[in-house]
Amino acid sequence: MNTIVVAQLQRQFQDYMVSLYQQGYLDNQFTELRKLQDEGSPDFVAEVVSLFFDDCAKLINDMSISLERPDHVDFKQVDSGVHQLKGSSSSVGARRVKNVCIAFKECCDVQNREGCLRCLQQVDYEYKMLKTKLQDLFNLEQQILQAGGTIPQVDIN
Amino acid sequence: MEVCNCIEPQWPADELLMKYQYISDFFIAIAYFSIPLELIYFVKKSAVFPYRWVLVQFGAFIVLCGATHLINLWTFTTHSRTVALVMTTAKGLTAAVSCATALMLVHIIPDLLSVKTRELFLKNKAAELDREMGLIRTQEETGRHVRMLTHEIRSTLDRHTILKTTLVELGRTLALEECALWMPTRTGLELQLSYTLRQQHPVEYTVPIQLPVINQVFGTSRAVKISPNSPVARLRPVTGKYMLGEVVAVRVPLLHLSNFQINNWPELSTKRYALMVLMLPSDSARQWHVHELELVEVVADQVAVALSHAAILEESMRARDLLMEQNVALDLARREAETAIRARNDFLAVMNHEMRTPMHAIIALSSLLQETELTPEQRLMVETILKSSNLLATLMNDVLDLSRLEDGSLQLELGTFNLHTLFREILSLIKPIAVVKKLPITLNLAPDLPEFVVGDEKRLMQIILNIVGNAVKFSKQGSISVAALVTKSDTRAADFFVVPTGSHFYLRVKVKDSGAGINPQDIPKLFTKFAQTQSLATRSSGGSGLGLAISKRFVNLMEGNIWIESDGLGKGCTAIFDVKLGISEGSNESKQSGIPKVPAIPRHANFSGLKVLVMDENGVSRMVTKGLLVHLGCEVTTVSSNEECLRVVSQEHKVVFMDVCMPGVENYQIAIRIHEKFTKQRHQRPLLVALTGNTDKSTKEKCMSFGLDGVLLKPVSLDNMRDVLSDLLERRVLYEGM
Repeated sequence: MNTIVVAQLQRQFQDYMVSLYQQGYLDNQFTELRKLQDEGSPDFVAEVVSLFFDDCAKLINDMSISLERPDHVDFKQVDSGVHQLKGSSSSVGARRVKNVCIAFKECCDVQNREGCLRCLQQVDYEYKMLKTKLQDLFNLEQQILQAGGTIPQVDIN
Repeated sequence: MEVCNCIEPQWPADELLMKYQYISDFFIAIAYFSIPLELIYFVKKSAVFPYRWVLVQFGAFIVLCGATHLINLWTFTTHSRTVALVMTTAKGLTAAVSCATALMLVHIIPDLLSVKTRELFLKNKAAELDREMGLIRTQEETGRHVRMLTHEIRSTLDRHTILKTTLVELGRTLALEECALWMPTRTGLELQLSYTLRQQHPVEYTVPIQLPVINQVFGTSRAVKISPNSPVARLRPVTGKYMLGEVVAVRVPLLHLSNFQINNWPELSTKRYALMVLMLPSDSARQWHVHELELVEVVADQVAVALSHAAILEESMRARDLLMEQNVALDLARREAETAIRARNDFLAVMNHEMRTPMHAIIALSSLLQETELTPEQRLMVETILKSSNLLATLMNDVLDLSRLEDGSLQLELGTFNLHTLFREILSLIKPIAVVKKLPITLNLAPDLPEFVVGDEKRLMQIILNIVGNAVKFSKQGSISVAALVTKSDTRAADFFVVPTGSHFYLRVKVKDSGAGINPQDIPKLFTKFAQTQSLATRSSGGSGLGLAISKRFVNLMEGNIWIESDGLGKGCTAIFDVKLGISEGSNESKQSGIPKVPAIPRHANFSGLKVLVMDENGVSRMVTKGLLVHLGCEVTTVSSNEECLRVVSQEHKVVFMDVCMPGVENYQIAIRIHEKFTKQRHQRPLLVALTGNTDKSTKEKCMSFGLDGVLLKPVSLDNMRDVLSDLLERRVLYEGM
C-alpha cells in the first residue's frame, strides 16, 4: 500500500516540479541547487530558498521605503536593492523574479518612480507566489520522505 | 862784545817786495789753515773715507806749514829770539811731518789709483747689467705677448677663427704691415693663399710648393728671413716707391692627417706644412730682432696645435653626424623591413585563407562530381582536375609553411599521441600507391620504442610521409623499408650529440629504398629549396622540390638532424632522421586524430580538503556558491565584504572566489590588495577568480588588468565549477571556461 502512495506522491512531485519549470517559476539553476543536496547537507535547498525569501522581504521593504516619497527618491539605494535581488534570484533559479528585476533595473536607470513602484509590486507578488509554490513542493517532499520513499530526480529538458 | 838788542831792522829791505811777501805769506797761511778745515768738514760729512790716518797726517803737515808761514810774518822785521825759536820749532816739526807724509804717500797713491780702476770696472759692469736687464724685459714682454696670443688662439676651436686671430694678434704685437698664411691644397702640390691680415678677400693666389725658398723655410723649424721679392711675399702689387720691409717666413706643421685618416685625402708626405709670412712695415727701417723671431716660432707651434685640435674636433663632429645619418637611415630601413614583413605576413594570412577556400571548394566539388555518373572522358577530366587541385593545395601549403618556417614564426604544436599508430597510419596512406607500383613496404618498429610520446604529431607525419613518399616516388622497382628506433648516440654528425634526458628521447627513422639512388655530389643540394636532381625518373613526377627543405626545417625545429646516404646512382638510397620527442607519462589522453591543446596530465578528480575563500555580498548567492564547493569536497570559508576578505585570506587558501558584480571599481581593488599582501609576505598567493553576471570582453579585460586569474559567469553549474577548478589548478589561469 505504502509503495503505491509513495509512487503517487512521487508522481505528484514530479508533475508539480515540471509544471513549475514550464510555467517559468524556476530554471536550470534550481536544478543545480538540487544537485548540491546530499547526505552532507540534506536541507541545503530548503535553507537556501528560505534565506532567499527572507532576503526578498527585507529588500522589498527597504525599497518601498525609498520609493515612498515622490520628491525624495533615493534611486541609488533602490538600484542596489534591485541588483541584490537580481543576484539572489539568479542564484536560486527564481526565473520570474529575476525577469522582473531586469525590468525593475531599467526603470531605476531612467529614474522612473512610477515604473519602479509597479515593478516593486510585481516583484513582491512574484516572490510570494514562488514562496507558496515551493512551500507546497517541500511539503510534498516531506510527505514522500515520511512515507518512506525517496525524492525522485526530476529531469528537466 | 857788543850785542845789539835793538829792534831796528838789520837790513833795510825793499819795502815793496817785503809787502808782497808779507801779503803772500799771510794768504798762504790762511789757505794752509783753511784746507784742513775743509778736509775735516767734508770728511765728517762723508760716511766713507778709509784713509783717516793719512788725513790727520796731511792735516798736521799743512797746519804746520801754515804755522810756519804765519810765523814767517813776524820774521820780516827784526824779531826776537823767541820768535826765531818758535819758527825753528815749527819748521822742524813741519819737516818731520812732511817727510813722514811723503813716505806715507808712497803707499797711499797706488791704492788710490787702484780705487780708480775699480770704479771704472764697476761702471762697466753696471752698464752691462743695464743692458741685460733691458734684454730680460724685452723677453718677458715677448713671453707675455706669446701667452696672450696663445690664449687668443686657443680660446676657440673654430679653425678659421684661430687663424684669423693669429694673424691679427701677431700683426698687433709686432706692428706688422702684412701677415699671410699659405695652406697646402688638397693635391699637396701647391700652396694657396688662405688668410691675410689686411686684405679682406684675398685673391686666390697659388704658388707651387717646390720653390726653393719654400723648401728652405720648410726645412727648418726656425723663422727664416726671406727676400721681399719672393713670390710668397709679394702679396700686393708693388708700386715701386716702397722700400719693402723685411720679411720673415715660418712653417706651421699640420699635425692631424697622418693619424686620423677619416677623409680620403691622399697622404703625400708624412708632414704637411703651411707657410706663415710676416712683413715689417715698409720704409720703417725696422729690423727683425731675435726675440721677435722667437715669438714668431712659438706662435707658429701654438697655431699648429690649435689647428690640430680644431681639425680633430671637426672630424669627430663629422663622424658623429655621419653616424647619426646612418642611424636614421638604418632605423628607416628597419622600419621599412618590419612593415614589409608585416605586409607579407598579412598578405600570407589573407592569401592563405583566400586561396584555400576556393581550393577546398574545387577539391570537394570535384570529388563529389567523381561520385556521379560520368562518361569515361568526363571521368578522366574530373580526375585530372582533382589531381591538379590536390597538387596545387599541397604546393600552397608547402609554400606557406616554408615562409613561416623561414622567419621562425612557426611553432610546433605539441601534443601526446601514439607513435605506433602514427606509423601504421602513414603506411596505410602510402600502401595504395606502393601497391600500384608493386613496391612492398615493410615497417619495423623497435621493441623499446615508446608508445605514447609528446611532440608535434602533424608535422612528424608530414616529415615521414614526405620521405616515404619520396622513396616511393623515386623507386621503380625493389622494396621500401621503414625502420623506427630509439637512438642513444649519433656518431654520424660530429656537431650533434644525442643525449637522452629524463623524459625525452631521440627517435630515429630510416627509410631505405632501392630506387634510382643519388649521386653523392648531389646530396647537399637535396635539402635546398626548389632543387631537384635532374635524373629522367624524377622528371615525370611532380612536386615542387620543397618537400625535403620543409622536412629539414621541421626536423631542425624538433632539435634533430636529417641526412641521406647513398651508395651511388642506381644503388638506392637511405634517408635517416633523428628527432627529439617527449615521453608521455600517462596514456589517458591518447587520441587517434586531432591535437589536444593541453598536454595530458591527469586531471584533479576531487578537491577534498582544498581550502577556498568565497567573498560575496549577496547572502543567497554566497550560500549557493559555498554549497557548490562543499559538494565538490572543498573546505569553504565565506566572507561578505572586502575588508573581511583581506583579513581572513591567508596562504592556506588556494583559491579565492570574489563577486565583482557591484558596479564600480572597488571590487577589483581587493584583487590588488591581495596581490600586495602576498607579495609582502612572499607566500604563494591564492588564485583569484571573479564571479560576475556578465562576461563580455571588457569585463574579462578588466579582470585581467587587475591581476585576477579567471572569470566565471554566475550562476555556476556543478559540472562547470568542477571543470573550472581542475583547469585552474592545473594551469593557474583560466580565461576560457565560460
